[in-house]
Amino acid sequence: MHEQSTFLSRLQRRPEAWLLAVILLAGLALSLASPTFLTLPNIVDLLESYAVQAIMALGLFVVLVSGGIDISFAATASVAQYVAAAMAAYAGLPPLVCIGAGLLIGVALGLLNAALIHYVRITSIIATIATMSVYFSFLMYVTGGRSIYNLPDWWTDRITFYETETTSGDLVRITLPIVALLVAALLTWLLMTRSKVGRQLYAMGGNPEAARRIGINIAGMQFFAYGFLGFMSAAAGLLQAHRVGESVPNALYGNELAVLSAAVLGGASLTGGIGTVPGVLLGIVLLAMLQNGLNLLGVSSYFFQIVIGLVILISTSITVLSARQRRRRRPIGEALNV
Amino acid sequence: MPAASTPYLRLAGISKSFGGVKALSDIDWDVRPGEIHCLVGENGCGKSTLIKTVAGVHAPDPGGVVLIDGEPVLPLNPAKARALGVQVIFQDLALFPNLSVAENIAIERHLNRPAVPVSQARMRALALATLQRLDFPLDPDKALSELSVSERQIVAICRGLAAKARLIFMDEPTASLTRAEVRRLLSIVQKLKADGIAVVFVSHRLEEVVEIAERVTVFRDGRKVGTWPAAEVDQARIISLMTGMDIFHGVVARDMTKAPPLLEVEGLSRAGEYRDINLTIRAGEVVGLTGLLGAGRTELALSLFGMTRPDSGRIKLDGQVLNLTSNRAALKAGIAYVSEDRLSLGLVLRQSIAANAVLAVIDRMKNGLGLVGEGRRRALADDWVKRLAIKIPGLDKPVQTLSGGNQQRVVLAKWLAAKPRLLILDSPTVGVDIKNKKGIYDIVAALAREGVGILLISDEVIETFATCDRVLHMRQGRIVGEAVPGQVSEQALEAEIYA
Repeated sequence: MHEQSTFLSRLQRRPEAWLLAVILLAGLALSLASPTFLTLPNIVDLLESYAVQAIMALGLFVVLVSGGIDISFAATASVAQYVAAAMAAYAGLPPLVCIGAGLLIGVALGLLNAALIHYVRITSIIATIATMSVYFSFLMYVTGGRSIYNLPDWWTDRITFYETETTSGDLVRITLPIVALLVAALLTWLLMTRSKVGRQLYAMGGNPEAARRIGINIAGMQFFAYGFLGFMSAAAGLLQAHRVGESVPNALYGNELAVLSAAVLGGASLTGGIGTVPGVLLGIVLLAMLQNGLNLLGVSSYFFQIVIGLVILISTSITVLSARQRRRRRPIGEALNV
Repeated sequence: MPAASTPYLRLAGISKSFGGVKALSDIDWDVRPGEIHCLVGENGCGKSTLIKTVAGVHAPDPGGVVLIDGEPVLPLNPAKARALGVQVIFQDLALFPNLSVAENIAIERHLNRPAVPVSQARMRALALATLQRLDFPLDPDKALSELSVSERQIVAICRGLAAKARLIFMDEPTASLTRAEVRRLLSIVQKLKADGIAVVFVSHRLEEVVEIAERVTVFRDGRKVGTWPAAEVDQARIISLMTGMDIFHGVVARDMTKAPPLLEVEGLSRAGEYRDINLTIRAGEVVGLTGLLGAGRTELALSLFGMTRPDSGRIKLDGQVLNLTSNRAALKAGIAYVSEDRLSLGLVLRQSIAANAVLAVIDRMKNGLGLVGEGRRRALADDWVKRLAIKIPGLDKPVQTLSGGNQQRVVLAKWLAAKPRLLILDSPTVGVDIKNKKGIYDIVAALAREGVGILLISDEVIETFATCDRVLHMRQGRIVGEAVPGQVSEQALEAEIYA
C-alpha cells in the first residue's frame, strides 16, 4: 500500500517526465507501425492542426488551476468566430474591427460564466454545461446552421513565417497557427509562473479559504480566469476559420472533452492548484499522436473517444485515490504526519 | 514610562454582538511587545470573536477602541490588520498544499508588493532567510503536502514572519502535537520573543504553554475574568476560573468486574487505522477512550459501528460473534454511535426535531402498510425530548434553530430511541457549554445505571476521569494503557499521552 501510494503521488507530482516517456514510447511504436508517422512534415502538420485545440487547452488550464472547470469554451469559440466572420463577410468591416470584436465576445462570454459561478454560486461544471448549451444553441438558432464560405482574403490567406524543403522533397512550413500556439504558450507560461496573478490563481486553487484569508480577491481572480479562457477560445476560433477558410457554426463543438483530457493528461488537476504549461503542451502532443497514429493504423475514431473518456476517468481516480491513501495512512505509520 | 512597557496592542471597552447575543462584553485587554500571552476559556467564551476582532474580520460594536502602538486603528479590515503586524494562525493553518514551502512562506509578501515578475529565486531567498531566523532546517523546495503537521505549523509561522508580523495569534497550536513537537514549537516561540514579536496562544488546555507564558487571560461567557502573571495561577485555578464552576468533582469510577461482559473485542486490526485491539465493556460500565488526535480512536469506533470492516479480529456482543456489514447491522445488534461532528454527520439540520429524533428507528415505526405514522412518531420524539430535558421551541422546528448543547441532545435522543445495548459517544462535549456538559454527563450516568455499556471517546482526560469507570489510552492505533480514576492521577495519564 505504502509503495503504491508513493508511486501514485510521485506520478502526480512530476507528470511531465512520465508523459515525455510515454510520448517517446508511443512515437517509437507508431513509427514502427507506420513509417510516415515520424517524418518532419507529418509532425509539423500535426502541430498545425492541433494548434487550435492546444490554445483552448492553455486557456482551460488556467481555469483548472484556479479550481474551476469550463465546458463552454468550444461554444464560446464558435460564437466569437461566427460573429467575426459575419462582420467580415457580410459587412466587409476591416480586419482589426472583426478580430477585436471576436476576441471581445470571447472575453464577455467568459466573464458571464464567471459571474454565474461567483455571484450566483452555481457549481462551475453545471454553470458552464448550461451556458455551453445556451451559447451554442443560440448560434445555431440564429444562423440556421448556415456556414460562411466567403471569408475575405486577409483572413484566409496562408501566412508562412519560415519554410524549407526536406531531403525527400517535402515542403515544411512554419505557419501562423504554429506561431500563434507558441505565442499563446509563452504568454500563459509567463502569466502562471512570473506574475502575481498566476501566484494567486495557484493559491486559490490549492486552498480557496486560505486564499481569501490572506486577502486574495477571489472574485477578481475568477473573472480573470474565465475571461482569459474566453479570450483564448475566441483566438482559437478565429484561427480555426483561418485554417479551414470558412466559418462552420458546429465545427468546434464537440472538442470539449478532448481538450479537457489533454490538460488533465498534462497533469492539471481537476481539483485545482496543480498543473504546468509544458505539461499541457505534452498532453496535447500525446493526444495528437494517439489520434493521428490510430488514424494511420485505420482504427475507428470511436476508439479515440473511448481513450479520451478513460483518460479523464483514470486521472481523476488517481487524484482521489492518492488523497484517500494519504488520509488512511495518517493515524499510524508516520504518526500524525500530514 | 519606558518604551518597552507601552503595549503593542490595547483594547478598551470592546463589545461585539451577533443578532442580540453578546459574544464580547466590554473587554479591556493588552499585549506587550515580545510577550508570550495565554488566552484561555471554554468553547464559545469569546476567544475566537476577540481574535477575529483584532484581525479585522469582525467589526466591534461602536464605543470601544483598539490601539496599536498607542494609535487608534478602528475601523480595521483584514488587510489593514496584517499591515499593522497582526497575524493569526488558525488551527487549519490556511496553507497551500499544492505549493512548495518557499512559495507558501513568500506568498503574502508577494501580494503586498507590486513587483512583476515573480521570481522563484527571490521567494526561495526570503523563505531561507525566514527559516534561518528561526534556526529551523527545512528544504524550501519541498512540497507542503510532504510535511508533518508540526512542520506545517512552522511554515505558517514563517509566513507570518515574512509578512512582518509583530503579534502572532496561535489558535489551539498544540492540539495534535506530541510532547517533543510541542517543545520544539515552544523553543521557536522563545526565538520570536527575542525578536520582539508577541505571541498569544489561544486554547482551552495548555499545560505546557502555561509554563512558558508570562501572562494568562481567562475568558468566560464573553467577559474577561482577568489577567494574571502566569506564575500566580496553576492549572486547577485556571479551570475553575474558566468554567466558573467545579463540575469535575471527585471520582465516579465503580468496580464493574462483577458485571457480565457486554462487548468483547479480540485482536481487531484495520490496516492504517488501528492494530490488535482487545477490550471488554461490561453491562452498565462506562469506559473512556483517550489519546492524541489521530490515534485511531474514531476509526475504531467506526468499525464497532459497522461503518468500516476490520481486516482481522472479532467483535462479540453478549458472547455472540457479530458480523457487522453495515451500520444498519450494528444498530440492529444494539450498538449506537454518536458522532464527533454532530453538525454535519449526526443530524439533518434542516429537518424537524421530531423527524431527526426518530431517524434511527424509522424501520420500527412503520405500520401495517409500511408507512410511518405521524402520531407514533411524535409520541416517541416527545418522550425523548422530555427525558433528556431538551429545550425546544416545538417538535416541528428545524434542528438548526437549537443551541449546540441541545442539538447534541437531539442526536442522543435519536440513538437512544433505538434502545442500544452499547452506546459509543465520540467527543460528545466538543463545542458544548459547561451547563450542557454537566447535562450530558448526567445522561451518561443514568444510561449506565440502566445497564447500557458506554464507550466514551474524549480528548480531555479530566472529562473521562469525571465520568468513566476505566480509561483506555490509545496511541498510534494501539491501546497502550488502562487507568482507573482514583488509582492513577489525571496528571500521570496526561503525561503519558503527551509523552
